Amino acid sequence: MSKINTRFPPPFARYDIDGAFDEMFDSEGAVRDHYLAIYQRLLELPAGELQNRQQAADLSFLHQGITFTVYGNDEQLERIFPYDLLPRIITGAEWGTIERGLTQRITAINLFLRDIYHEGKILNDGVVPRELIYSCKYYRRQMRGIHVPNDVYVAVVGTDLIRVDSGEFVILEDNLRVPSGVSYMLANRQVMKYVFPRLFSAYGVRSIDHYGQALLSTLRSLAPKRRMDPKIVLLSPGVYNSAYFEHAFLARQMGITLVEGSSLLVHDNVLYMRTTAGLERVDVIYRRVDDDFLDPLAFRPDSLLGVPGLLNAYRAGNVALANAIGTGVADDKAVYAYVPAIIRYYLGEDAILNNVETYLLFDDVQRRYVLDNLEHLVVKAVGESGGYGMLIGPQSTAAEREDFRRRINANPRNYVAQPTLALSRAPCFIDGQVEPRHIDLRPYILYGDQVSIAPGGLTRVALRRGSLVVNSSQGGGSKDTWVLQQ
Amino acid sequence: MLSRVADTLYWMSRYLERAEHTARLLDLQLHLMLELDAAALEKRWERLLISLHIPPPPTGKTDSFTMTHWITFDPTNRNSLVSCIADARENARHVREEISTEMWEQVNLLSLQVKDAEIETIWDDQPHVFFRTVKEGVHLFQGITDSTMNHGEGWQFIQLGRALERVTATAVLLKTHFEPQIRYQDTITEDYLEWIGLLKSCTAFEAYCKVYTAQLRPDRIAEFLILNPEFPHSIRFSIDEIHRALQAVAQSTENKRARNVNRLSGRLRATLDFGQIDEIVGSGLHVYLDTVQAECTQIHDAIYQAYITYPIDELVS
Repeated sequence: MSKINTRFPPPFARYDIDGAFDEMFDSEGAVRDHYLAIYQRLLELPAGELQNRQQAADLSFLHQGITFTVYGNDEQLERIFPYDLLPRIITGAEWGTIERGLTQRITAINLFLRDIYHEGKILNDGVVPRELIYSCKYYRRQMRGIHVPNDVYVAVVGTDLIRVDSGEFVILEDNLRVPSGVSYMLANRQVMKYVFPRLFSAYGVRSIDHYGQALLSTLRSLAPKRRMDPKIVLLSPGVYNSAYFEHAFLARQMGITLVEGSSLLVHDNVLYMRTTAGLERVDVIYRRVDDDFLDPLAFRPDSLLGVPGLLNAYRAGNVALANAIGTGVADDKAVYAYVPAIIRYYLGEDAILNNVETYLLFDDVQRRYVLDNLEHLVVKAVGESGGYGMLIGPQSTAAEREDFRRRINANPRNYVAQPTLALSRAPCFIDGQVEPRHIDLRPYILYGDQVSIAPGGLTRVALRRGSLVVNSSQGGGSKDTWVLQQ
Repeated sequence: MLSRVADTLYWMSRYLERAEHTARLLDLQLHLMLELDAAALEKRWERLLISLHIPPPPTGKTDSFTMTHWITFDPTNRNSLVSCIADARENARHVREEISTEMWEQVNLLSLQVKDAEIETIWDDQPHVFFRTVKEGVHLFQGITDSTMNHGEGWQFIQLGRALERVTATAVLLKTHFEPQIRYQDTITEDYLEWIGLLKSCTAFEAYCKVYTAQLRPDRIAEFLILNPEFPHSIRFSIDEIHRALQAVAQSTENKRARNVNRLSGRLRATLDFGQIDEIVGSGLHVYLDTVQAECTQIHDAIYQAYITYPIDELVS
């Protein structure tokens, strides 16, 4: 990876090009066409003006209370989610491929989930190993044979994509349980429209504002058919959850009731909420509570976040859940490796968006290779998310590698390995200058009567120079994502 | 509306009213202080603590700086002005999807403003400006609420919280000012400032003068602050408001359990509607105010029994 010594004018003086794909500059250091207008604008802006706009944006987040909670030693701090001023731009053509690929993928995954909780044809045919499914941490035997409305298991997805050196978008993770972050996508756009109004309107950016209505109509499509005017609620773990802002935000956008478990009760397999007028029946839950905590009678008995008897009401078809219980099985990082095969099995098509190459460590040959090459690979625990439980080989110490070697040998099923990937980079506004930072992309997909994908998504940014970790829990930020009409 | 939401809106509103009341009292105190001698000042601080239900500061000091800090900022004081605003914001956060964005942003902004304030700067500069910010912040919130939120059930619970808080606060304030040996019908000549202070604590001085002229008499002050039907800080005005809001809630929920709470508020309202000040002071102002407070507590409990913590057995069987 040789560095190209292109000298850029201010505010790009600290910018450089390395081997990773750069969203704004090609490998020769020339500005890509769709970034030209913003590049020009950045050169023209008087010094200090970007700083002013960044401050205006930060203040806007603070005043709107768009924050997440950090738990410290003795006090809780509310922080704003770091917001980068410069938009990430995706062309209409690139988006077209992403959209087709995600639609194909979510369709196949829903068919797969239906199959493994009913006949298990794909297991009988040996396409996916049976023991892989049954040993999965998120497999829920309670879901066996339960009819799920419209066979929609995963209604709301936030898939993580990255762009690799070649410029190709590949799938990193599917996030099929309770994906979060969509409120930041919407809030970032709101702020962007205040901060760069003219640039925004000149660019011809596709709108994402209808996400709330689309989500509502997806949820409505899941309601029990006999219920004429279904009551839909959003179930939140409550105000101490780090994503609470998002829960309240979405409830308000959709005009549905935000509930916590303590407001709900099940009687005769029917779900009610406690209102000032008495008990009111509930038909659909958009739940932002994990499987384990949904029903203390069926899952973790110590959960106070859920509703006793909810699983029975669900099984009786009296209430719908989005997402269904047990969808995490397809989110397992070892099952992920089979998604291209799953797509071929159910749809007879090749995957439009590729996976990251993944080594399965319960396979002896693959494991031997991985253990011999730990310093070049990334090892991930199959059931973790948020950047936890990972070994990043090139940045690891010998002791850490030894630790992972022991853990892998003790429980090979629990780990997968992938090559170290250079995420693409995009210009970000850092300390008064524009510098490159690594980014990923999380589009939000809704699967109901139809598939609907908000054009764009949340672009997460690894704010530390050189870092590849974009997770908000580990110092990541985000920026607005523009999908162009053209 | 969810019971939890009604509960939270009610408390959000109570905390904001409490914060505004505290700001008003402190502002006035610091203003009056300029003309008081040390003994009178200490007595006044003591009375202020009682009327705000705040215990004396744990350090035992009673100087004005300590007192102002204790009542305004001290986080260990659950009833300090800053604690009240933090609680109001926390409640608002719990019902963010129910209140309008404008309401949320105002209560959030107010809480950021008081959180960043420091006693030293305020004390050396102009304390008045700070307390004015709080008062105006709360008034602005009320105005925003009235013009951006549906005047439905949630709004009624907000009115209920404010009115109940106001009745209780005014009753306590009156009790601390009207000492037993007072001669109700004598025009006030001594401690003139104290009586003006009482009226101003309820933003009532100008309104009082319009009705009775600037001649101050204890019975008239009591009459004005208890029985005036038109002044928003009088007890009667708030009781009317409570009764009206409770009827509106009962109507919109068609809740059969509402009967008891509406009976209580109707009865209290009638007492005030037909009360006369000479009868009230004749049989003891303190006794009367105690009764009003006790009935307000009953109303509070009855609201909870009717709308929020009602037993569910009868509903599902």
